[in-house]
Amino acid sequence: MKNGRKNQALPSIVVLAAVVAIWWMIVVATKSVIFPTPWQVVTGTLELARDGTLWEHIGASLFRVGAGFGLAVLVAVPLGLWMGRVHGAFITLNPLFQILRPISPIAWIPIAILWFGIGNASPIYLIFIASVFPMIVQTTSGVHTIEKRYLNAAENFGVPRNKLFLQVVFPASLPQIITGMRIGLGVAWLVVVAAEMIALRSGLGYMIIDSRNAGNRYDLVVAGMIIIGLIGLALDGIMRLLENMKVVRWRYVH
Amino acid sequence: MFIKNKIEVQKVRKGFGTNGSRLEVIEGLDFKVGDGEFVAIVGPSGCGKTTLMNIIAGFQPPDDGAVLVDGQPRHAPSAKGIVITQQGSVFPWLTVRQNLLFGLADDLPEREALAQEYAELVGLKGFENNYPHELSGGMLKRAEIARALVVKPEILYMDEPFSALDALMSLRMQTELLRILAKERHTVMLITHDVEEAIHLADRVLVLSPRPARIQASFDIALPHPRRVSSPECQALRVAILKELGVTAV
Repeated sequence: MKNGRKNQALPSIVVLAAVVAIWWMIVVATKSVIFPTPWQVVTGTLELARDGTLWEHIGASLFRVGAGFGLAVLVAVPLGLWMGRVHGAFITLNPLFQILRPISPIAWIPIAILWFGIGNASPIYLIFIASVFPMIVQTTSGVHTIEKRYLNAAENFGVPRNKLFLQVVFPASLPQIITGMRIGLGVAWLVVVAAEMIALRSGLGYMIIDSRNAGNRYDLVVAGMIIIGLIGLALDGIMRLLENMKVVRWRYVH
Repeated sequence: MFIKNKIEVQKVRKGFGTNGSRLEVIEGLDFKVGDGEFVAIVGPSGCGKTTLMNIIAGFQPPDDGAVLVDGQPRHAPSAKGIVITQQGSVFPWLTVRQNLLFGLADDLPEREALAQEYAELVGLKGFENNYPHELSGGMLKRAEIARALVVKPEILYMDEPFSALDALMSLRMQTELLRILAKERHTVMLITHDVEEAIHLADRVLVLSPRPARIQASFDIALPHPRRVSSPECQALRVAILKELGVTAV
């Protein structure tokens, strides 16, 4: 098993190494003075890590994502469960959310600045807006796709409403809720970088724009991009851990 | 033999669709099930057996007629009669123990002991903390039976309960069911297309006609348990029942 995993990882490591090698060769061959080599990116990253600004930017971005995404979970899960159970709520609210959902969070930036200024509240609001709709949709669909036989069984035993909710509706929808959270967190991470590029003075998005504006430090631009990618991967990994919880395993084994 | 009627089905009629293309599924069905009696209903597939079960258990209203349980009209499902279906409905997100506790009131002091007792009764001791997807098909069925019995229902409604299992496991579960029913008497309504299963288990077999369903024939089975389905009496019954179903048995 362990050996098999190693063998599976091998091709992707080869591809990664090839990409870095080709990148390096092209930069050397074209004698570019602006575009950095992989090594310059590494030294640039170390420089930022040493003087501490890298951690500040990462912390600022993660804080905004945590706050915006956390608020979105608190709103989306109860709202999605309610819309899934109460048909009237679904037909009333669903059209509104279906209209709001396709609007790119970037399009909200001017309004966010108007309403919330240029502090932390704007990006938190944007992240909230970006991640709340996919989570509502997934949660609602999680409730809608609960198999009738389970609802019939619950009805048969005549359990009180709170028990029906805690032991049937919520756990039955949980796998889809987690899928929604994975989508929501992915979108949130995309949005925080974009939001920080516009109006803020901290965060990885700001770091990228600032590195370019302050002396064409493209080594730091690329470093920022790679760090964003790695953190995004880690966040998704955390969400995958949720999918491995025992209470939702049933959804993925057959 | 059965002094009191537990279930009375009175002139139940059910159809689907609108006036133009209406499909009559059940037409004026009338029968009674005694208290503690085991009645099996056999019929050709698609004859409305499951619809009938849903009506009797209270999940669907009849278009006409009534279902009485203990003389009272039934309008909704209740824990007095638990349904066990072919697909099963053991909650996959709860452990065996949590499934058994599901139907028991939270403030019942002996609920843990009851769950333990019924897990043992069906032979699931040691698997209480397993999730359903970690169990075999037969064990899952046992869990479902235990979850039904632990709430002490007066009636068990079984709709093709063992037909998703392989033939050997199905036979084993039938024997298990008889063993359990010998310990605690329940009124049972079994719907099946397996004539031998019906003969093996039931006190009475009702044969339904093709759609729209009516009762075409009724067979009392007064043989003592355990029954040998290969005995001449059982085989004679089997031939007679299959004949009602339009099959010439060899």
